[in-house]
Amino acid sequence: MLEVRNLGVRYGGIQALQGVDLTVAQGEIVCLIGANGAGKSTLLGAVSGLIKPTAGAIAYEGRPITGHKASRLSRQGLILVPEGRRVFANLSVEENLILGGYFRPRGREQQADMAEVFDTFPRLAERRRQQAGTLSGGEQQMLALGRALMGRPRLLMMDEPSLGLAPLMVAEVFGVIRRIHQRGVTVLLIEQNAAAALAIAHRGYVLEVGRVVLSGSGQELASDGRVQRAYLGMD
Amino acid sequence: MDGTQFLQQIINGLTLGSLYALIAIGYTMVYGILRLINFAHGDVLMVGCYLAWFGAVQFGLPWWAALVGSMALTALLGVLIDQGAYRPLRTAPRISALITAIGVSFFLENLGLVIFGGRPKAFERPEIFNQLYQIGELRVLSHSVWVPIITALVLAGLLWMIYRTRLGMAMRALSRDLVTVQLMGIDTNRVVAITFAIGSALAAAGGIFWAMKYPQINPLMGVLPGLKAFVAAVLGGIGNVVGAVLGGLVLGFCEIMLVALWPEMAGYRDALAFVLLIGFLLFRPTGILGQELPS
Repeated sequence: MLEVRNLGVRYGGIQALQGVDLTVAQGEIVCLIGANGAGKSTLLGAVSGLIKPTAGAIAYEGRPITGHKASRLSRQGLILVPEGRRVFANLSVEENLILGGYFRPRGREQQADMAEVFDTFPRLAERRRQQAGTLSGGEQQMLALGRALMGRPRLLMMDEPSLGLAPLMVAEVFGVIRRIHQRGVTVLLIEQNAAAALAIAHRGYVLEVGRVVLSGSGQELASDGRVQRAYLGMD
Repeated sequence: MDGTQFLQQIINGLTLGSLYALIAIGYTMVYGILRLINFAHGDVLMVGCYLAWFGAVQFGLPWWAALVGSMALTALLGVLIDQGAYRPLRTAPRISALITAIGVSFFLENLGLVIFGGRPKAFERPEIFNQLYQIGELRVLSHSVWVPIITALVLAGLLWMIYRTRLGMAMRALSRDLVTVQLMGIDTNRVVAITFAIGSALAAAGGIFWAMKYPQINPLMGVLPGLKAFVAAVLGGIGNVVGAVLGGLVLGFCEIMLVALWPEMAGYRDALAFVLLIGFLLFRPTGILGQELPS
């Protein structure tokens, strides 16, 4: 479904990504782990069209998309939930959701999508008229996910969905990711919480200073000594 | 000053304030979305006036056709300025775009001098705006009645668009977060272009009604109304459309009252706007309706 070949990104003099190869097959949950500054967010930025790669090629559903605009890719179902949620604080919960499905036909279908989101996140339904900026961190993450779902993603990318959330909320977010996946959405996700991410991921990639240093199934990575020491906090 | 004179000045203030408001809306909308003070806005207004003049005088169009045609072409000019001058700098530091705006301003002024010449051209007030109503001692020009009405209609239309349509929703979202809006599948360049089109069309309208009040136009005519509308936008709380109208009215009333109450101070009339600006920047930098600035 997604194929990244030899991807490179440079910011001025800094090589943020170099020679990255990555594939995501239809129906998979794939997770990226790595330290801060390893290039995980840059990778999702490049795939989503927000960052222009300086080398390499990206293909989505068999078609080349390198250098395409983010707005165009979102309309094709390649949707990113950005780091830090980035809900529109000055808009109501409902308006945030409408924007998530902005490019889709209005009317009954949109209503149905919104009902589905409210079904998944009942808290959002209670607060639909409230300004998004007044929601708690966990609720904002729910809104960011719900907003992405309004665009009917085929490949949903998430950048640190559990960042800064209380443990109970983290568990809820992972539960929701699993439910979204069960509905047939392919998932590519970045997580600091490597243990939780590897537990639900089919495959994972480990990034270090802009390169993929390790890849394998979720179980393989979780039992790899280097991963355990560096990312799972085991000795 | 007796009652009639006072009422007379209120009407004058309302007319002048409405003109500032029409122009200030364009400043505030562009600022709201891009955090850019488009200093070329006043000069866009000047081009709008010349377009209307050409329409009316050279092509003999009726006033309303000249007005609408000028608004449409000026909207196009605004979009072209954004695409040519500002879009390449969208991710550059804000000061670069600001300096570019000043450059565009000088460019338009001098281009105007080359093409139109420096000699002012007479701008006719159409019959409908030239009726004089006499109510007792009070004398009111129909222009003074129409301008506030048009401004009120424009404001109502804009508020409807911003708060009741999907495009307005996209604009409000974009004003907060230019990057995330793209992830919603929204073409930000298109939304920005529409914003420039609306702001520039309103600048043309404001300029044309301005020219009907002081019935001549010249290539530098946009400078002062442009700067004062900028002050009005800041007074009201820049980025806020209602604030722009409010700021325009406050500025209009203050100017008129200064001249009415202290005629010997009339020469300081233009300076008043900038005194107000400095005062607001010192004591209430977010303007009348401004909120705390998001960090």
